[in-house]
Amino acid sequence: MKKIYLDYAATTYIDPRVLQKMRPYLTNAYGNASSLYLLGREAKNAIEKAREDVARILGASSQEIIFTGSGTESANMAIYGIAKAYCNQGNHIVVSKIEHKAVLESAKRLEKEGFKITYLNVDSQGIVKLNELKKALNRKTILVSIMYANNEIGAIQPIKEISKIIKKFRRENLLPAFHSDACQAAGASSLRVDELGVDLLTLNGSKIYGPKGIGCLYVSKDYKIKPLIVGGSQEMGLRAGTENTALIVGFSEALKLAEQLRKREGQRLRNLRNYFIKKVLKLIPHCQLNGHSQKRLPNNINLSFDGIEGESLVLKLDQYGISTSTGSACTSTDLTPSHVLLALGVPEDLAHGSLRLTLGRKTTKKDLDYVLKILPKVVGNLRKISAIQL
Amino acid sequence: MKKKKNKKIGDVIGKNKGKSWLYTGIVKDHFFHPRNVLLDETNYQYDGKGIAGNPLCGDIMALWIKVDPKTQKIKDCKWRTYGCASAISATSMLSVMVTEKGGIAVKKALNLKPQQIIERLGGLPELKFHCSVLGLDALKEAINDYLKNKETK
Repeated sequence: MKKIYLDYAATTYIDPRVLQKMRPYLTNAYGNASSLYLLGREAKNAIEKAREDVARILGASSQEIIFTGSGTESANMAIYGIAKAYCNQGNHIVVSKIEHKAVLESAKRLEKEGFKITYLNVDSQGIVKLNELKKALNRKTILVSIMYANNEIGAIQPIKEISKIIKKFRRENLLPAFHSDACQAAGASSLRVDELGVDLLTLNGSKIYGPKGIGCLYVSKDYKIKPLIVGGSQEMGLRAGTENTALIVGFSEALKLAEQLRKREGQRLRNLRNYFIKKVLKLIPHCQLNGHSQKRLPNNINLSFDGIEGESLVLKLDQYGISTSTGSACTSTDLTPSHVLLALGVPEDLAHGSLRLTLGRKTTKKDLDYVLKILPKVVGNLRKISAIQL
Repeated sequence: MKKKKNKKIGDVIGKNKGKSWLYTGIVKDHFFHPRNVLLDETNYQYDGKGIAGNPLCGDIMALWIKVDPKTQKIKDCKWRTYGCASAISATSMLSVMVTEKGGIAVKKALNLKPQQIIERLGGLPELKFHCSVLGLDALKEAINDYLKNKETK
C-alpha cells in the first residue's frame, strides 16, 4: 500500500546527513563533556561547535544558547525561568490564547502560584490582536510569550511588530521580556533574533528533520533566568545533566540544513499547499479552510468538514496509508475540541471536524493528487452514516 | 494492511486509564464495517425514532426501531452517527445486540447498560465510555417513541 505521511508538524524523519553527523557520538566518541581527558574534550568541542553554529544562525552569541530536552522544556524554562528570576519586579504575564500547551500549561501553573495571566485574543484568521497587546501591558508585566507560528493552523504572528510594541512600552527598562515559541517556524521563517527583536526563543529538533529529545532556548545576555533542573554546572549552570552530545550535534546540523533549504523548500511547499487548498475546496462541498489563507506556514493545511468528526476521518485515511492528524480532538486523551480553532471563533461542531495536513520534504504533487482522490470519498462515506444530514 | 495484535481485547475497564489511543479489533471492525446503517430514511417504515447527543460535544446518534407487535421484540434497528470511531462502533454494536437471535423485548432493551456494549466491543478507552451511553439514550428514546405511538393508535 502507498504510504503518504502528511503530519510533518507532528514530527519529521531524521535527515540522513544529520544522522551521519550524530553517529560517532552514539558509538566511539561517547565521552562525558565534563571530563578532562581526550574523550571528554572531544565531546566538549563538538558541543561548543554546535552551540556556535546555532548561535550564528540565530544572530546570537554562543553564551546565549542553552540546549534542553525538548521544545516543551525550553518553553517551560523560558516562562518559569523569567517568572522566578523577576518575580520581585512584577507578577503579570501575557500569552496568546492559541499558544502550544507547553506555554499555556506553564502559564496556568504560574497562575495557581499567584501570577496574573492575560490571554490575548486572536482574530478569525488566527493573528494576535495587537491593540489588545498594547492594552494588556502594564508596569507589573514581566513577560510576553507569543508563538512565532501556530502548530495547528500555521498562522504566522507579526513578531517584529509585537517586539516593537513591547520595546516602545519598556523604553530603557528590561521588562517585559519577549519570548517566542518558534518550534513550528524553524525551517520556514527567519530565526534571526536580532531582526525579530525577541529576548528568548524556543526551538526543537524533531520538527526540523533532526532528532527528538533535543530542544534549544535562546536567552539574550541581558536577561537572567532561574533553572528548572539543578545539579551539575552544565549549560552554564542553567540545565544540569550530562550533555547528550549526539542530540546536540544532530540538532545543530538539522538547523543548518533547514536554514540552507528554507527559501527553496518554502516556495515548493507553498505552491503545493495552494494547489491542494484550491482543489479540495472545489471538490468537497461544506468544507472550509481554517486560518489565514496566506499568513500561514508554507506546509500547513487545516480544514473543517460539516457533519463529520475529525478522529473518524483520520482513522479512515489511515486505512489508505495517509497519515494526518486532527487539530481538534475527540481523541481518547482529550474530548474537548481544539482551543486554537475555538479561539478563532470556529463553531464547536466544525472544530470537532477538523483535519490537519502538514507537508514536508518528501511530499510530492503526486501524493497530494492521491489524497485528493481518497479524501472526497472518505468524507462522503462518513457523511452518509452521519446523524447530521447536510 | 496487517492487523496489529491487540492486547486490549477483553479490557472492559480500560487498564491504561484511557491514555491509549488503541481500539480493540472489534471496535475497528464495526468502525470500518458498520452494521445496520440507515442510508436513506425516505421509504423506511419505523415504529420508533430517537436522537441523542449534540453537535457541540461532538456526538449525535439517530436510531430507528421496528417492533414485532406480537412478541414485543425489536426486529430491526437502524442508525446513523456523527462522531468519533468509538461512537460509530458503539452504535453499530448496539444495533446488533438488540436484533440478534430474534431480537430482544423492548422492556428488556430499556434495561441495557453501557457496560454491556463496552464488554461486547472488547473494551473502550475510559474517556470514550460516554459514546456508548449516548447510543443507549437514543435507543431508549426510540422505544419511548414507539410506546407512545402504540398508545395513540
